[in-house]
Parts: sequence; C-alpha cells; structure tokens
Amino acid sequence: MPANNLQLDENGKLQHFLSIEGLNQKILTEILDTAGTFTSVTDRVIKKVPILRGKTVANLFFEASTRTRSTFELAEQRLSADILTLNVDTSATVKGESLLDTIHNLEAMQIDMFVIRHKDSGSAHFFAQHVRPGVSVLNAGDGQHEHPTQAMLDMYTIRHHKQDFTRLRVAIVGDIMHSRVARSQIHALNLLNTAEIRVIAPRTLLPVDTESLGVQLYDDLEQGLLDVDVVIMLRLQKERMRGALLPSEKEYFNQFGLTQERLNRAKPDAIVMHPGPANRGVEIESSVMDGNQSVILQQVGFGISVRMAVMSMIVGRSGLQASE
Amino acid sequence: MTIHIKNGLLIDPTGSCESKTDVFTEGNLVVGIGKPPPGFKPEQTIDAKGHWVIPGLVDGQARLREPGQTLKADIASETRAAIKNGITSLCIPPDTQPEIDNSAVVDLIHHRNAKAGNRCHIYTIGAFSRALEGEHLANMASLKANGCIAFSNAGRPFINNLVQRRAMEYAAGEGMLVIIQPRDDDLYADGCAHESAVSTRLGLPAIPEAAETAALAKDIELVGQTGARTHFGQLSCARSVDMIRQAKANGLPVSADCAMHQLFLTDHDIGEFDTNKLTIPPLRSQSDKRALREGLADGTIDSICSDHQPHEADAKLRPFPSAEPGISTFDTLLPLAIRLVEENVLSMPEVIAKLSIAPARILGLPAGQIALGELADIVIIDPDVHWLCSGRNFSSRGKNTAFEGWDFNAQVLHTLVAGQVVYSAQPG
Repeated sequence: MPANNLQLDENGKLQHFLSIEGLNQKILTEILDTAGTFTSVTDRVIKKVPILRGKTVANLFFEASTRTRSTFELAEQRLSADILTLNVDTSATVKGESLLDTIHNLEAMQIDMFVIRHKDSGSAHFFAQHVRPGVSVLNAGDGQHEHPTQAMLDMYTIRHHKQDFTRLRVAIVGDIMHSRVARSQIHALNLLNTAEIRVIAPRTLLPVDTESLGVQLYDDLEQGLLDVDVVIMLRLQKERMRGALLPSEKEYFNQFGLTQERLNRAKPDAIVMHPGPANRGVEIESSVMDGNQSVILQQVGFGISVRMAVMSMIVGRSGLQASE
Repeated sequence: MTIHIKNGLLIDPTGSCESKTDVFTEGNLVVGIGKPPPGFKPEQTIDAKGHWVIPGLVDGQARLREPGQTLKADIASETRAAIKNGITSLCIPPDTQPEIDNSAVVDLIHHRNAKAGNRCHIYTIGAFSRALEGEHLANMASLKANGCIAFSNAGRPFINNLVQRRAMEYAAGEGMLVIIQPRDDDLYADGCAHESAVSTRLGLPAIPEAAETAALAKDIELVGQTGARTHFGQLSCARSVDMIRQAKANGLPVSADCAMHQLFLTDHDIGEFDTNKLTIPPLRSQSDKRALREGLADGTIDSICSDHQPHEADAKLRPFPSAEPGISTFDTLLPLAIRLVEENVLSMPEVIAKLSIAPARILGLPAGQIALGELADIVIIDPDVHWLCSGRNFSSRGKNTAFEGWDFNAQVLHTLVAGQVVYSAQPG
C-alpha cells in the first residue's frame, strides 16, 4: 500500500504520521504553522490544552531513546492525554510475543494513538497496516527509514531562522547510510522547495544512488560547506567505528568534523543543527556546538511544539482553537 | 491401466513443435504417439480437444518444509499442490531439518511421500557437508546410493574455499552433479533488499550485486579447477548471466537456472515494505530482469525453477527486515510460464522445455518428455480459463504469493504421474 494512502484519509487529512515521503507541501506547511501556535502554549504559565483529553497515547520504544521519548511525553501531557510508555526491550517481545500480538494486546486497552520506535525499517507502516480503523500511528523512528517528527522540528527550526526555503542551501553532513533522520530531512527539504540540498559524507556512509533522493553529493566537507545557509550535522554512532566503515574517530574528525574554521566557509549567518545526541570532538567541535551559530538546543524545544502539532492534526482539531 | 489421450495439442519440448497428436499410455509408460501400439485397448479415454498436452513439469528447487517445518507445509500438502499445478517431479534441497546429510532423512522423505500416495516424484539433493555447516564433507557416496541426485550446500557458506574445493572434487569423483547458489555471506551481511535507489529510499539493509557475482566468479574458477559438473541455481543478476555465458563459451561443464518470479518482479515491487516480495536472492533491477530473460532466450539460462517456499501467515506478518524470505510459487509457475510466451520471451515449446526436459537432463531424471518408452508424466491444460490470482485460493498450504491480483490464463485439467491420473479438475 503506498504511504500516502496509508497516512492520509479520504479528505487528505493526516491519520497516521509514518514518513515524510508520501506527504505534500500543504501538510508540511500546516504542521509548521500549527506548531507555531503551540509554541505560544509552551511559553504560558499553565502549559496545557485539552486537545487530547480523554485520549490514551501509548509510547512504544523498542529501541532506546531519551530526547524523542521525553519530548513526545511532554507533548502528550501538554495536550492532556493519558500516557502509557513502554520500553519494550524489557517487555513482552523478549518473552517471544510477536509484534502483532503486542499491538493487539495494547489495542484491547483502548489505546487511541501509538508512538513507535523500532529497529526495523518499515515497522511504522507495519503497525499502521494492522491497527484498527480510527487508531493512529506516529513514527518515532523506524530502522534506517524515516524519523518524520525529527525532520519536521528541523524544518521548523530552519523556517524560524531563515523563513524562505526556496533560497536556501542546506548541507547534511555525516552518516547518511544509517540515518533515518537524513532520509526524512531530505524528503521534507525537497517538498518545501529548498534551492539546494547537499550531502557530505565518506563513501562508506553513503547508500547507493543517494542522488536519486534529490541531493548533490560532496566528498569534501570544505567544498560542500561553501556558501550554505544551514549545516545539519548527523550523529556518528560509536559502534560504526568498530567495523570497516571508518578507520578511526580521529580521522573522521579530521575529514568530516565541523570546526569553526570550516564553518567560516558557510554564509556568515549560517545556522548549525544536530538531531542529537552529539559526539563532541567526533562530528562536531565543542566550541561550534556551543557557539552562537548553533541552534541545537532550540531544536529540542521546538520538538515539543511540532509533536503537539502532529498529534493535534491527527485528532482533527486545529492549533488555533488550542491557543485560544 | 491403459489411457488414450485424444485430440489434444501435443507440445513436445524436445522437437520444439506443437501438433494435434494422440498419446497412448500403458502401465507407467508412454506406448504410443500418434497411433496406438497393436492391440491397444484403452481403459480410459481423455478427450483433450482444444486443450494442450505437455510433459509433467520438473521443478529443480522446491521446499516442501518436511521434515522440520511442518507448521508451514508438508509433503502431503505440497505434492497435492504440485500435481494440481502440473508439476510431477520435485527436487528438494538439503536444508530440511534435520538436513539431508544422511540416508535416514532420504528414507524418511520417500516414506512420507509414499504415505501421501506417491502423487508425484520426489528427488532429494544431498548435503555437501554435515548439517550444511560447510566444514566436514557429508557421506556423499552413501547418499548417492540412497538416491540423492546431486549435492549442494543450499546457499550456506563453506568455512573456507579449500573445503568447497574438496567437496566439489569429491562429488566430481563420484560423478555427481554439484548445485550451487552463489552467495558471499559477508557481502550479504544482514541485507534484505537489492542495493539500489529503492533500498536507499526505504532504508533497508542492502544486498549488492557482488554478493552474488563475487561468489559466482570464485565458484566458476573452482569448476575449472575441479572439473565438477556444476549447476548454478536461482541466479538474479545480469552480470551473473554474462559470467555463465562466458563460462559456457570456455567449455566449462556448467548450467544455470533462475526462479520464475525473478523473470517478472523487480525491487520496485517491494512498494511500501511488502513482505511477500522479500526473497533471497532479492528481487533485482529492471535491467537484471531483462538480462535474465535474454539469458533464457539464448540458452545461457538452461531452466526455470519455482523456488517454492510456502510460509505460514505469521512468517510474513512482521516488519520487512524481520519477515521470512520466500514466495509460495507452485500455483503461479505454469501461468507465469504462459506469460513468458505472451510477452514473446520464448515460444510455448521452449518455455515448456525450460520447465521439463531441460532440468530433467541437467539433474539426470527420467522425466520431462512425452516419448515412446518414457514415463507417462503428462499434464493436460485448458488454455482458455482466465482467473484472478489470490493466495487465499492456493492449493499450496503457503498463501504467501507475490502475484496477488494478477490476471492469469490456463488451468490444469488432468495430471498423470507414471501412467496414473493423480489429479483431475472438478468440472465447471
């Protein structure tokens, strides 16, 4: 089943949020606009709106997560949902229960919305195909496929600083191969008509035909950073260092680490982003991470508003009502 | 039992001709073609007017799941499905549980087939190495004496190239056919989809072409070294077809097949993580598919197998990388063969040859042709039946089809195995 059929209802409204691929510019813009209205909610003294009151959201994390899980939980709490969070690696699947049985057991507890992270690409689609009608699935990261809420909070951050995507040069640096974040970001940047998307990575961290996603490839960080408006650094997982993918952390930093000197090749007002958790001294120099071009901590905060926006759109109410 | 099959269009894969010819059988053999032997009195007459008469199909690679995985299927269920779909000879690879590395397992399989009524001929492919672990040679001579027709490691790796060389040498010394699914396990890694724009987009761990071709290059070198007559099974890459073509041109004793589904499906058919399209080797690119079809037409690819892999529903009800690979293909083998004719890849006698006489000759089986004195394994087909493919209606226990919703032509009306009518379609 194509993703767009699965994610959108017959009126073109969001019913699941599985992948950026298959969505359209209108929906992405609506998410960003709605998130904007929620930013004001999160700044209020009482940070709650009743949009998800009476609804139960289950956060199923089959893979470890700190930031994504906690911002989802905060977003759910601020929308007044009842919450059930399961770290499933310590739960039933270890005892041999199939994923499908886990879904059906939770459905029996009248869950309205599932937030899912799982090691397998396609697992969010799998859940969405098997939940009952009316139950929604949000992808909090499926294997190496997509992490769409992360990409949307990144788009929100970019728009917050740069407004118009059609004039922007954006560079994504690092482990594209294993990155669900990068895939979602590339789809989102393309849907928002970004002028130029560059991907900068060693060949071993680049999947074949990456150009087919609509990006330009650079082997050299310094060339790739020239005159860009946005630099997105990807996390390099430590375990990748053990195989034959890269010789050493030191060599990676020498070739692809973001230093202030290299960042100076970008536009003077370029912003630096990172989905976290960052490895200081491996993909990014500490002084850049903490420097005045870094918007990394803002991203985390925007994550709450964006996740509130997606969930509120799925339950079918607008963000404007929420901020009244 | 004597049977007269009259008025049918006989498709003879050996003579590459089609003609209206009657066929006469007595006991387990064909005793007359065109005209009956003197004094022939038919006890049964089958009117095949408007229908095709073809040799029973010979499938060089089919998993019946018994012994070991009878949750998925068993010999009784799958032989019933085979004859309903015109397949009368089946070769079972050695990766049963336990493996076909000792004579007891061979006996068990034949015993189960007898218990199920010996509906079709089953041949066993013996394990090259004990438990297919690729380390110690299996007792190949005993397995041969017990009826194994060839030896294979069923796609599992040898611990090193030296063991593979020794296994091939030993098999050659026994005059046995070697069957290899070329596969470099290191390059396969944890891949589950062809390495391409599709795997990149879906974020699926990818299987490069070299996972097949690097192994095939080494395997061909070892054929040259050992002189072992070798059949390469389930090829998937254009480059593999080139390599086999070259090996044949160099006079090496090699042959090759591909699975029927590789001639129709590509990586794009995975769509949004359709686990029914998860196969090993993976569905490759459009150009690989085209090259396999060309190789089939020019004779580089000698035969087609079903690579039948029935599964229980749960095996596919998982996220794509965790689902089990393989397609249930008995029910679609013949209709897809007819599609190859409709799409001008092969003529009807040619495609039937790729599914009967060609694999029978490679594997040394007494099957694959309708000829005087040969076993009467005969299938009668109505070419004018149109049907919509749905796994739910499959005769195989495995409902895991990759061809759900396809429009197909032709239906098997009767199947004869060794002169016995083992299957007849219900009228209407």
